[in-house]
Amino acid sequence: MEQLAWLAQHPDLGAAISHAKSLSDPLARLYETARLAAYRRDFTQTLRLDRLAQQGIELLVGEGEQSVPGFTALRMAVLASHTVDHLLPGIRVAALQRQVGVSVYLAPYGQYRQALLGDDPALKAFAPQVILLALDAMDSPPSFALHASAEEAENAVQARVEELRLLWRQARARYAAQVIQQTLVPATPALFGHFDALVPGSPRALLERLNNEIRRAAREDGVLLMDLAWSAAGGQYGDGLANPVRWHQAKQLVSPIWAPLYGDQLARIAAAVVGRSRKCLVLDLDNTLWGGVVGDDGVDGLYLGQGSATGEAFLAFQQYAAQLARRGVILAVCSKNDMQVAEAAFDHPEMALKRSDIAAFVANWEDKASNLRRIAEQLNIGLDSLVFVDDNPAERDIVRRELPQVAVPELPDDVADYPARVAAAGYFEAIAFTADDSARVQTYRANGERQAALGQATDMAGYLKGLEMVMQARPIGTAELARATQLINKTNQFNLSTRRYSEVQVQQLADTPGAVALSLRLTDKFGDNGLISVVLARPDTTCAADELFIDTWLMSCRVLGRQAEQAALQVLAQHAATAGYSALIGEYRPSERNAMVAEHYPQLGFVNAPNPDASSPATLWRYPLNASSTFNHHIEIRHD
Amino acid sequence: MTETTTVLHELTDLFRDLFDDEGLVLSSDTTADQVEGWDSQMHVMLIVAAEQRFGIKFRTAELESLRNVGQFTQLIESKLSGS
Repeated sequence: MEQLAWLAQHPDLGAAISHAKSLSDPLARLYETARLAAYRRDFTQTLRLDRLAQQGIELLVGEGEQSVPGFTALRMAVLASHTVDHLLPGIRVAALQRQVGVSVYLAPYGQYRQALLGDDPALKAFAPQVILLALDAMDSPPSFALHASAEEAENAVQARVEELRLLWRQARARYAAQVIQQTLVPATPALFGHFDALVPGSPRALLERLNNEIRRAAREDGVLLMDLAWSAAGGQYGDGLANPVRWHQAKQLVSPIWAPLYGDQLARIAAAVVGRSRKCLVLDLDNTLWGGVVGDDGVDGLYLGQGSATGEAFLAFQQYAAQLARRGVILAVCSKNDMQVAEAAFDHPEMALKRSDIAAFVANWEDKASNLRRIAEQLNIGLDSLVFVDDNPAERDIVRRELPQVAVPELPDDVADYPARVAAAGYFEAIAFTADDSARVQTYRANGERQAALGQATDMAGYLKGLEMVMQARPIGTAELARATQLINKTNQFNLSTRRYSEVQVQQLADTPGAVALSLRLTDKFGDNGLISVVLARPDTTCAADELFIDTWLMSCRVLGRQAEQAALQVLAQHAATAGYSALIGEYRPSERNAMVAEHYPQLGFVNAPNPDASSPATLWRYPLNASSTFNHHIEIRHD
Repeated sequence: MTETTTVLHELTDLFRDLFDDEGLVLSSDTTADQVEGWDSQMHVMLIVAAEQRFGIKFRTAELESLRNVGQFTQLIESKLSGS
């Protein structure tokens, strides 16, 4: 069985590795290794690539990430109850493919308890960020009779799980490391056969129970899983990752043949830990999401959905993509089509994907590499966050050559096998899942559409007008207090005075007679931007009685360039005028982070006013309130 | 080319790849001690690589008696000729 089948085939990887050996610069060799690691490779080639990168990794880990631009360093300790030396090259090479340089500390064979329970100066000095506990079913098997009761079996399982939890706690307490626990691969043949699971004390029943309890405990304790038992059972390691000859010969649980796949699986988890998982699935349309070419065959002529096996296969791939979207993977479309024709296909009654599932939709006749760049820009994510799925081998080849950062899986001939292939590649490995992940797609979609609209707009005013922005202004009350206070304390850049207040202080300020305390929200046709600005203004002893002092004005950088500050000024001026003031006094207090708003007040038409405290670096600005003031923006203002 | 030289030739290729040493030369009486890096871990790798390259499978017992490259070559030849 071919492993790493999603990686492209190199015409002569062995020769390329030999050639790369002639590079004298360790960094050049590291970059070349990372490039070649993206090709399908067997364990010998993986071993050779690992040697090639060795000095580069040492440099990265030893001298810091600034020495190897674009790469992240990660120190991983491997504590195992079986031989894993032969697996380390696969881990390092697969990590390099993900721009992660892993340095591995290998504890002495079988000494995982000692490493965590005792003082291990070498491990301490290594300071692991991640600790893999690679255990197996042959290690510490519970010893009791086969006819043990269910309760005895359960007690044995719990005792073992408690021991593991103790080790996990130690790993965290001593090294502050993220633990990855490997599940136990069944190693013994069936004893009863199908009846095994009905005998509580049978090796298979015990092991399944133990693995399930390990998974439950890991969920509770914030431990990640290398779920080798699941991968093996799912056939990812063909007819067996464990070869009994290798076990008897060298206590290898995983046969060297499978080292590239094992390393890839672990490297995905490690990459996820350092935030290097992919984020976005970019889909071609014709013959990828449906059978046929919509421009030629028309929407009604497409193979999609019930009624034909081919149509059902395309539907199944769409359903898989839709499920990925629901777990937080961003979806995008990159297709050679006319935009209207491509979008119209989403009206096909059998489509599992809706137009609204697609965060960035690019259909034109330009080359796909340029369009993938556009998609990354629209979504404001890196090219190295993209996975591009296209049935056309020529397109895949061009994108790989033009944009090596984009992952482009090799695909099987039959679309029925697409979901399994994309899943097997493990692009979107996670370390957490929350309700926010499900909502994320909507946020990206809205931002992507704003960016796309900006790209299409011929003039800025037209773009801003087209956004159909509405600002909701509301005096700060109980409902807004928590969010407003949060924004006051976290906003650094667009913050004129950088005064930090507690909820109680904000409430006091808002309740001061003559004060104006505003929370401003902004929505547009793409969605709700949420609370985007807080303005706190109050009478002050340094000002005249008819002047309102702007104590605090901050805005979220999300809405920069949208003229929201003009609209906010209009709201403030209206409130101040209503309260009987005839001028606003603004203050800019420079901080290390707020240089971007140094010209905020003059740009809004404020005039410099002398600061009575001559020693202060702060500048004061005066804005006369009169009915003839005009405000330059395209935002509809609503007062709640 | 006789079968022995063919197998030895392929085996040399395989050794050169695994040890990343393009100048490596094997003879029938080459032993592990004479090749830098040929430790017990590497020995397993060699066996697995040979199984893959020649499409054969060694028995557990056969692996314990290998002393030098000549015996390795003979074992592979006997597997290939089906005896």
